[in-house]
Amino acid sequence: MTPIQETHSHTLEAHALHVRAGTFAAVQEVSATFPAGVFTAVIGPNGAGKSTLLRALLGLSPPEHGEVRLLGRKLADWPRSERARTLAYLAQGEGLPDTAQVRDVVALGRGAGAWRWGLIPTRPWTDADESAVTDALTRTDTLRFEHRRVSELSGGERQRVSLARALASQPRFLLLDEPTNHLDLAYALDVIRYVRCEVAGGLGVVAVLHDLNLAARADALLLLHQGRVLAAGPPEEVLTPALLHTAYGIHAQVIRHDGRLVVLPQDGGEGV
Amino acid sequence: MTTIHDPHSTTHPPRRLLPRTLALLAVLLASIVLAVGLGSVFIPPAEVLGALWRGVLSLGSGAELSGNDIIVWQIRLPRVVMGLVVGACLSVCGAAFQGVFRNPLADPYLLGVASGGALGATVGIVAGWPRSSIPLSALAFALAAVGATLALSREGRRFPPTRLILAGVVVGSVLSAFTTFLILRGEDRARQVLAYTLGDLGFSGWRDVLTILPYAVIGCGVLMALARALDTLQLGDLTARSLGVPVERLRLLVVIAASAATAAAVAYVGIIGFVGLVVPHLVRLVWGAGHRVLLPISALAGAALLVLADLLSRTTVLSQVGVVTTLLGGPFFLWLLARGRSD
Repeated sequence: MTPIQETHSHTLEAHALHVRAGTFAAVQEVSATFPAGVFTAVIGPNGAGKSTLLRALLGLSPPEHGEVRLLGRKLADWPRSERARTLAYLAQGEGLPDTAQVRDVVALGRGAGAWRWGLIPTRPWTDADESAVTDALTRTDTLRFEHRRVSELSGGERQRVSLARALASQPRFLLLDEPTNHLDLAYALDVIRYVRCEVAGGLGVVAVLHDLNLAARADALLLLHQGRVLAAGPPEEVLTPALLHTAYGIHAQVIRHDGRLVVLPQDGGEGV
Repeated sequence: MTTIHDPHSTTHPPRRLLPRTLALLAVLLASIVLAVGLGSVFIPPAEVLGALWRGVLSLGSGAELSGNDIIVWQIRLPRVVMGLVVGACLSVCGAAFQGVFRNPLADPYLLGVASGGALGATVGIVAGWPRSSIPLSALAFALAAVGATLALSREGRRFPPTRLILAGVVVGSVLSAFTTFLILRGEDRARQVLAYTLGDLGFSGWRDVLTILPYAVIGCGVLMALARALDTLQLGDLTARSLGVPVERLRLLVVIAASAATAAAVAYVGIIGFVGLVVPHLVRLVWGAGHRVLLPISALAGAALLVLADLLSRTTVLSQVGVVTTLLGGPFFLWLLARGRSD
């Protein structure tokens, strides 16, 4: 394994970010650093600004103040196509065309970075593209059903196809918005496992997660509350009863089991 | 333009798509020969092919045509070619609209083109303008209707799809009300208006074909060039944007290109229903959903379908092609829905 250099240029950073969603200040004064080779989970109650932060990090929601820096360079200064290749996004409940074949869907992730006016592919499809697609299919264990139609897949298989689609551009950072939503626990753990493998290979991952026990498997946590950072750091520092009470209004016990933190909400809380 | 190697060719083995495409081309050719041959004077297929060949030669040599060759080239062929162009146009635009709105119920008339064209033609007919200026009036009104829809749905620099669809419905209803009003006022010409509204290829001459051809070629060409961006858009607006596709620009360009091509078709042959809705669905079932295949194949399938529908309209009591496509297309669409694979 190659050691990850924790230098300034290997990070995705938010500096005093302010983002509005309509008239509502969804993200306020958020500063955070997401290094390559680290799996960061963004947690917080509904409406805390998690998805908005993710979209701002991708450059999809322009911030009102503050800035995002990708590999040391202002995100706004990146050419659109290069930014698309470097930052991959897996949206919440990503739509997949039902009648399309799995391999074709994954190949769409590869189209990034080769557009004229963003609309017409300008670069011929090469063997390198083909092998990047095969590689993404292999790493998500979707290669064996590459010729199936999306409509024939289960929810868990679809999510892996979406993950392969996101990995096909060979990005430096992958931003996932609730990638385990609506998945059975086994499939949710699967997604986390595949993401973990990529992180070990040097990919920087930022994932919005609702399930705190899944989030406990991340390297670092960013806890948002009312659009602001309430806590950031390793799971041990963020998943504390006091912080969970402030953010979620719950009384929870946090225990360590098999070297991993487990959050146990108590009955009689003010709603989970 | 750079030639783009099509990743489909490695993923859908060409072996599987080629026979289907060849079969479709055979159907297309057969429908052309049949449509040119059938009529008050029957011309056998071999003679149709001979006449077509002699006509092509005479274009080079300037030789005079005679006998059945005149029927083929001056009466039947313009109508058939018009059917080919309009059928291709409506199907490609329908597929593009379904793709850009990610809505299986979208059709080329979604944004008010048809009601605009109908009003334009009605104004011309009721005012007693010469026959040759009716299509120009229809074209102007059809384009103006789409312009109104775009203006009404605009939100800053964005054209949100839901607003576009709703604005299209409103513009369509208001223009239809005007059309109805004019028809009731000028009732002696009501039949003429109705005939236009139901779609008819009967008046088509070579001049009309040449007039709509640029709209069709440019409109459909732009849509086909956008095929890969349309594929990417199927992943959702946010994902497409994260992949570098400027979604707003794409949507605007598709709407303009498809509307211009549809407006030209509507202006010269009236409102032919269901072709633009049904053909793309049919093609998706057999050739898959990728727009790089879907759009050109829809053009071929739509062309064949409209020529056959027009043949049916002039050899049966149904009398107008729009009646045929609607009569056949409606139940067919229900069958697609019943299969549960409509998208």
